[in-house]
Amino acid sequence: MPVVKAVTCPVCGSLCDDIELTVENGRIVKVKNGCAMCEAKFLGYCGEHRVLKPMIRKNGGLVKTTLKEAVRRAAEILAEANYPVLYGWSSTSCEAISVGIELAEEVGGVIDNTSVVCHGPSILSIQNVGIPSCTLGQIRHRADLIVYWGSNPWSAHPRHIERYTAFAEGRFEKSAWRSYVNKVKALVGRKKLQSAIKRLFVKKPAPVPPPISEYKPYPFITKEGRKLIVIDVRRTKSAEIADYFVQVEPNKDYELLQAFRMLIRDQELEVDRVAGVPVEYLEEVADVMVSCDFGALFFGLGLTMSSGKLRNIDAALSLVRDLNMRTKFIIMPMRGHFNVTGANIVFTWQTGYPYAVDFSLGYPRYNPGETSVVDVLLRKESDAAIIVASDPVSSFPRKAAEHLVKNPLIVIDPHMNVTAQMADVLIPSAFVGIEASGTAYRMDHVPIPLKKVVNPPKGIHPDEEILRRILKEVRRIKKKEEAA
Amino acid sequence: MEEKPKLKVTLLTGRTIEQGVGKEWGKSSKEYVESVSVCYMDPEDMKRLGVKDGTNIQVSTAFGSVVVKAVKSLRAPHPGVVFIPYGPWANVVVDPETHSIGMPSFKGIPATVEPAPDKPVLGLKELLKTVFRKG
Repeated sequence: MPVVKAVTCPVCGSLCDDIELTVENGRIVKVKNGCAMCEAKFLGYCGEHRVLKPMIRKNGGLVKTTLKEAVRRAAEILAEANYPVLYGWSSTSCEAISVGIELAEEVGGVIDNTSVVCHGPSILSIQNVGIPSCTLGQIRHRADLIVYWGSNPWSAHPRHIERYTAFAEGRFEKSAWRSYVNKVKALVGRKKLQSAIKRLFVKKPAPVPPPISEYKPYPFITKEGRKLIVIDVRRTKSAEIADYFVQVEPNKDYELLQAFRMLIRDQELEVDRVAGVPVEYLEEVADVMVSCDFGALFFGLGLTMSSGKLRNIDAALSLVRDLNMRTKFIIMPMRGHFNVTGANIVFTWQTGYPYAVDFSLGYPRYNPGETSVVDVLLRKESDAAIIVASDPVSSFPRKAAEHLVKNPLIVIDPHMNVTAQMADVLIPSAFVGIEASGTAYRMDHVPIPLKKVVNPPKGIHPDEEILRRILKEVRRIKKKEEAA
Repeated sequence: MEEKPKLKVTLLTGRTIEQGVGKEWGKSSKEYVESVSVCYMDPEDMKRLGVKDGTNIQVSTAFGSVVVKAVKSLRAPHPGVVFIPYGPWANVVVDPETHSIGMPSFKGIPATVEPAPDKPVLGLKELLKTVFRKG
């Protein structure tokens, strides 16, 4: 059976490019090196939820049609609309995104990508403050301190820790995996010993857990090698492997970030606790940050989605700027979809702006809060939408999704996702990175090619080609209207 | 009539590995639906509310109300904090306010939780029909 090596995984922003796939009779049957999400994607891409025929809504239900008819109907909807929304783009190739922007300009709509509900605030802050960053390779080989803030890579980027940070075997920094295993063994041993002592000598009922205000940080045993700090509102799986875990109260990240800035500048905090964490513990963690040789702070949606939003990121970027006065430190957002970084980059190449671009005046305008898709939907301004490789009905608040599904909705997606079930025109597409090649950008802005491993089902085309056909049809309709 | 116990909590939504795997199998798949129609609660909060692992609960915010299944959190202790994975169920109750920057508030929303053993957790199709009257 042929084995295809060095395949890039099209799931999360880590873009692991060491996947090995076994192909049998034109189907992927085995996945090596991937995480659970990667395996589900490569094995489930052609399952029962795959859409194999274009569909159009008639009398309330979706009925099968031809690609030509679906493209014609989609083009009609877009050409007739005054202010259409073109949304998604983060799970497709840069080549398809490029055509999408051309289409947005042609129909005079607002084009936005999923970073608006993910790291949009981070982009705004980076535009405000600036960002000291580097590639993940540098971190793998050189970073001796890793901080994850408001991010749970164990669930969202399962191989990030293993490939790029604490458990990666770098040229100058060794993997902390072995010492982590020793630490776990020691913790388990200590727990067993404590319960044995309790069983033998203490006949009291089990103690009731203390209230949150009394909660002490997760116990740790120091280990050799790279240090890992996790700061989060919950003791996630990632927090359990950390050397230091800081449990911040929900919506208090801003206070904690500013407290760290004060400690790093050798200023005194005149309180006992900040965001529910004792100041002595914060001082200890701040000492670890200052005394590292090369630190990397990764932040997730815990900062962008909670109270403060972009101001949290302002504070995080400023914290790293302060740390750079004492040592070497970089910061990087943990990007979710595999090509959300690519969407920002292609948008910026072609329009000058990374997301939320409005073409209604004939030239690109950017004003998140006004031209961002959730706000457009909440103000009920759009009158049609095309969604490419995304599922906003399962990721937008109900009020925004309500307006989206009320108007004519075109969906281009390989799967029958939640938005596809609401579509008026549904065009199935090939999976980029499995059935179509292309380019995607990793979270550190490194472009990585995506491979075509198997052929798509008959009659299924990549997003790029479907969008080109729609664009051509829109131009034909507009030309005809002008002539009339 | 005895009043039902209610708990004031802070609602967080976010990624879980089960949700991540489920979405790749397909949004209509059993794996996805089961991974996102749940609410992870602190075991002490569950005791206070009188619910067990698997009991249906109603989570309500100023923006909506949804019935999901209570699941004992393995990430405890986090008293007063409940967690629903990203998905159509969470979207019914999250805060759409973008504070003029385009980003709704998906985390840290004040909410109340009450037991709802008699109310069913809606399936994906029923939920969409109820919320959007389409599909």
